[in-house]
Amino acid sequence: MSLAPPASALAAPLERETAPHRSELGAIARRLAADRWAVAGLLFLTLLTLLAWSAPWFVPHVLHASAFRLGMMDHIQIAGRTVEVVSADGVPVGPTRAYPLGADLIGRDVLARMIYGARISLLVSALGTLLAVFLGALAGLLTGFYRGAVDTALSRFVDAMMAIPILLLAIALASVLRQGSLWTVILILGLVNWTYLARIIRGEVLALREKEFIEAARAVGAGDARILLRHLLPNLLGPLLVFTTLSLAGNILLESALSFLGVGIRPPAPSWGNMIEEGMAFYRVAWWITLFPGLAILLTVVSLNLVGDGLRDALTPGTHDRSRP
Amino acid sequence: MTARLVRRLLASVLVLVIVCAVTFLIFFAVPGKPAELIAGKYASQETLALIEHRLGLDQPLPLQFARFLTHAARGDWGFSYVSQQPVLGTILVAFPKTLSLTFGAMVVWLVIGIPIGVLSALKPGSAWDRLAMVSALVGISMPPYWLGLILLRVFADQLGWFPLGDYVEIARGGVLGWAHHLVLPWATLAALYAGWYARMTRAQMLDVARLDFVRTARAKGLGQVAVVWRHILRNALLPLVTMLGMDVAYLFGGAVLTESVFGIPGVGGLAWRAIRMRDLPMVMGTVLFAACFIVLANLIVDLVYSALDPRISAEG
Repeated sequence: MSLAPPASALAAPLERETAPHRSELGAIARRLAADRWAVAGLLFLTLLTLLAWSAPWFVPHVLHASAFRLGMMDHIQIAGRTVEVVSADGVPVGPTRAYPLGADLIGRDVLARMIYGARISLLVSALGTLLAVFLGALAGLLTGFYRGAVDTALSRFVDAMMAIPILLLAIALASVLRQGSLWTVILILGLVNWTYLARIIRGEVLALREKEFIEAARAVGAGDARILLRHLLPNLLGPLLVFTTLSLAGNILLESALSFLGVGIRPPAPSWGNMIEEGMAFYRVAWWITLFPGLAILLTVVSLNLVGDGLRDALTPGTHDRSRP
Repeated sequence: MTARLVRRLLASVLVLVIVCAVTFLIFFAVPGKPAELIAGKYASQETLALIEHRLGLDQPLPLQFARFLTHAARGDWGFSYVSQQPVLGTILVAFPKTLSLTFGAMVVWLVIGIPIGVLSALKPGSAWDRLAMVSALVGISMPPYWLGLILLRVFADQLGWFPLGDYVEIARGGVLGWAHHLVLPWATLAALYAGWYARMTRAQMLDVARLDFVRTARAKGLGQVAVVWRHILRNALLPLVTMLGMDVAYLFGGAVLTESVFGIPGVGGLAWRAIRMRDLPMVMGTVLFAACFIVLANLIVDLVYSALDPRISAEG
């Protein structure tokens, strides 16, 4: 299943003659700030990041730990009655005051695990996205700028990588690399995702390299490295920023899918995806274990998409309301 | 045109060879020998050596790869290490299930996504538009396996309208039984794509509506319906046809998540199990099978576009 957005969705052309000036950056920021949906998304993401980052200070570890470990069987008070966190039949309590989003099968607090899961899911997806952006920008710059044999070879390789379904490629890599490590998942996210960006950047560079300002830079004696880094790269910040946001959304989904399939983040470490997997077999008696982590994924990805769409619109004034509420 | 066709065909074959090479390399980096998979953990060294020799696994890698390619090109995709069944045959048995899932879902997402996009584009900024675009956004942001679980819980478990997963062939359950088992998987898979298609339809229509020929059409007195149907929609849908071709080709390779939640024995599940079992011939087979459709769709899109637009073929 394609988790990444269709290439056409990312390839919205960002036409621009030169690198954004300071005043233009201000205008972009103002346009973004005027976009209520993008601001709402940004706000949610900021809160989530703060919550995830500060979790150890205010989410008591007691809630994160298993009730079993705290003395075999924990009891809580609900409406004056004493109730076991996990009943003798093995059914955990649903959402109550002590466990706002319910307990999981071994009596751990679902909310606490979700907050700790956010730490892992956000960190892994963000680092994976950065790796993909680095690889994609590098490949796109080199193929677009040098063309010739480098371009042909790398472009065929990109074609081949894009012909392998992204989830299959990720699963294949996951089963080969050392399992259970966060770095493995980060590496996988980076390795399967850079190809879209390489294509987009290559296209942009092909158009930019014919422009007069590149010719002018060459005329005053700028070398390849200088042209690539000082003249081309700043002009690509727009597409890079949009890609980073939207592909972060895709990576949150991909990480959760890998963890759901059992090849991503391994329990006992919590991730939104493996929480859903753990609760899956018991969704009939304990729906909260699967429902809430899924909602967390949904809200996070919606927010990232809102910000990404908002950025794209802010960077290309005049073509606004492309596909957003 | 002929020269271009030949060049594109060669490039496509090259891409498939690279796909095989990448898959091959990934799986030869795996610790643990395939021979152990066949003979079991406690087989003697002699047995393992014998199996490796018979499968050609004791030969140098480039030679093994060359042999795989020549066999694959002749339609001999080898035998599964796990089931000992022919790879291509196993894939072809699973393929109708994947086809059923893909085409049904496609109908659902087109019927839902495109009208929503059209209606939104007619009144951008309206309450309907906002609601529709929020729904589309939710659709593309949802983990599909999670949606599947929720649908199972509500419509199969609580309401009892649909069965809890499983797949029934038309020959066994009739068309109705087949469709009855597939409604929830279709809805799950379609939610994601319906969102994308609604967004794309709306964006394309708004883009086309700004073009000069639409203004001309209005200026010569055509009514709103004629302008929308004959001028805007027809032009806006062209890029969507490309997108549809690519998406469907992609799904022919299997929808791993949807198949696994609903227990549909399709190509995606086959690939997933093969990778988990390190069943190299089956992995190569399923990946190559999926890649063939994607490469073919790319080729068709490319050729159709160059036939429609002479400027593209001039650029080479």
